[in-house]
Amino acid sequence: MNKKQINNILIWFSAIVLIILIMTPGLWVVLTAFRPQVDVMAKPAVWIPRNLNLIQFETMLFGGSEGSMGRSPIPVLSYLRNSLIISFTSTFIAVLVGTIGGYGFARHNFKHKNKYFLLIMLTRTIPGISLSLPIFIIFSKIGLIDTHIGIILVFVALNIPFTVWLTDGFFRQIPRAMSEVAMTDGCTKLQAFWHIELPLSRSGIASAGIFAFLISWNEYALVSNLARSTDSKTLTVGLMDFTAQFTINWPGMCALAVFIIIPALILTFMVQKHLVTGLTFGGVKG
Amino acid sequence: MAKVSLQGVSKFYGKVQAVKKIDLEIIDKEFLVLVGPSGCGKSSSLRMIAGLEEIDEGIIKIGDKEMNNLEPRERNVSMVFQNYALYPHMTVEENLGFSLKIAGLAKKEIEQRVNEAAGILDITEFLQRKPSQLSGGQRQRVAMGRAIVRRPDVFLFDEPLSNLDAKLRNQMRTEIKRLHQKVSTTIVYVTHDQVEAMTLADRIVIMKDGIIEQIGTPLDLFERPATKFVATFIGSPSMNMIKASIVKQNNELSMKTNDGVIVPVPKDKQKSVIEGQNISFGFRAEDIVPLKFGQKPSSAWEMQSSVNLAEPLGTETLIFTNFGEIEIVSRMFTPEQVKSNDNLNFALNLDRTYLFDENSGLAI
Repeated sequence: MNKKQINNILIWFSAIVLIILIMTPGLWVVLTAFRPQVDVMAKPAVWIPRNLNLIQFETMLFGGSEGSMGRSPIPVLSYLRNSLIISFTSTFIAVLVGTIGGYGFARHNFKHKNKYFLLIMLTRTIPGISLSLPIFIIFSKIGLIDTHIGIILVFVALNIPFTVWLTDGFFRQIPRAMSEVAMTDGCTKLQAFWHIELPLSRSGIASAGIFAFLISWNEYALVSNLARSTDSKTLTVGLMDFTAQFTINWPGMCALAVFIIIPALILTFMVQKHLVTGLTFGGVKG
Repeated sequence: MAKVSLQGVSKFYGKVQAVKKIDLEIIDKEFLVLVGPSGCGKSSSLRMIAGLEEIDEGIIKIGDKEMNNLEPRERNVSMVFQNYALYPHMTVEENLGFSLKIAGLAKKEIEQRVNEAAGILDITEFLQRKPSQLSGGQRQRVAMGRAIVRRPDVFLFDEPLSNLDAKLRNQMRTEIKRLHQKVSTTIVYVTHDQVEAMTLADRIVIMKDGIIEQIGTPLDLFERPATKFVATFIGSPSMNMIKASIVKQNNELSMKTNDGVIVPVPKDKQKSVIEGQNISFGFRAEDIVPLKFGQKPSSAWEMQSSVNLAEPLGTETLIFTNFGEIEIVSRMFTPEQVKSNDNLNFALNLDRTYLFDENSGLAI
């Protein structure tokens, strides 16, 4: 065995260990979702599942069937609706505004440009949770607690800096001559942007979009403060509904977690191609 | 139908003045080349004509219409860029037709004009390809095709050949010249390559440090350089240039180089210089030839010098030798073998020796 082979084995071994470390909790969540409570709570732990069932999902979605715990106490479909509305709307706005911002930073020179850019990035250094109290106070004064708009606003603010940063890099990679030639070709600045620069940076925008969506979709801490009822509670906040005063319905909670993961997974796979080109852009030429 | 005129045009980048109040009249259907070293303001001038840079001072007109406050799209100019700037997400056909689509032309008309342009440039077979599937020369053709489908009043070329290798460059140069004959539209062409300028231009504008040094036909510039800079910039190899001061000797004015070589001032220049004046005198490589291999010019000054290096190029040989302490180059057209350290008699043709005032750089 030569040095290269040993190296390869080491790399594979470390990769597998790393993957196991990352995957195990997720796998445990998925497994738990399909197991009866007795199995989950068993001591010593039952590692290999003995029987699997879909009861938790039936209860969650269809209000339960014979033999289950009865009508679902949790309005999952309302939460799903809230999650979809909030995530898609906030992503759309953040990407729209962020892309325009990124374009501005990439293509225009103005006074203190670098300072503004730094300032926007600095907003992300503040831990989101530390903002929850100020946001709560402000929102309660203007009546935005427990509303879609309120939560959308928070997510938009959270996601714009990242979107600006990512798309700025993308627009910088497009030669200036591209829009200049479009302008001598008869385009207005906006047409040049729309027909030339936007399509050329769609990988970047897709990456920004998927990140913004995942952040909104998975956010828990801020929403748990701002959402009070089925009017605005999202799926992630809905997870807490499985806790009662003395008990936690682990399989139910995990079933909902699986339910949360699925759309995110589907979306990520759909834009995977863009995501990969998006994140390696600049390193790879042409 | 489009002459272009620049009147007192300036461009500032911050405090740096890149273009300094230049005046220029470009005649309709003329092929005008702006040439000069990098940073001379040639590209800025071109971009101001295109509308891609603000005009900080002066007026630019195309036809009789002032362009200063018009957007690039309102000027009816087409620009070809150094890096081609083809739209990578469109096929060649879409690249060519893009401007017509934006202008809202009917599909049929777009197709017809795209095919016409593709025919002129011989790119019909590539119409369905993406730019990434084309070679450098093909991309350059597409870029030119995209410019001609619009039937602009003026073509602007910004160093279009500098990304190509030497062979392709020569080929594309010929094609650009041919294109001009076919479409006969005003062309403003920017390059730093004096060979390109000489071969393509009806007239050349030589720029340096934001000002125009000289405007003229290629032969004008070659034969009658107005400044020392133009003299050394045009022609290859570069004109030999030697610093000297004017001294009086035997009732005749002569030029004494810094290392003591004395050469008589050419007859027609005797009255244009004064004793003590600091000058440079220049002569092209073909105007100083080894005696035994060429015909002696009628007004010659002779010197003996040994060969430092010889470069045989087939039809000609370049001989590097010393003039006093300064190395100069001589061009010999007779295919004779010359070796290093050969001692040769050189004859300098005084009738073709140029004098420049050292302070102003202007020709005497």
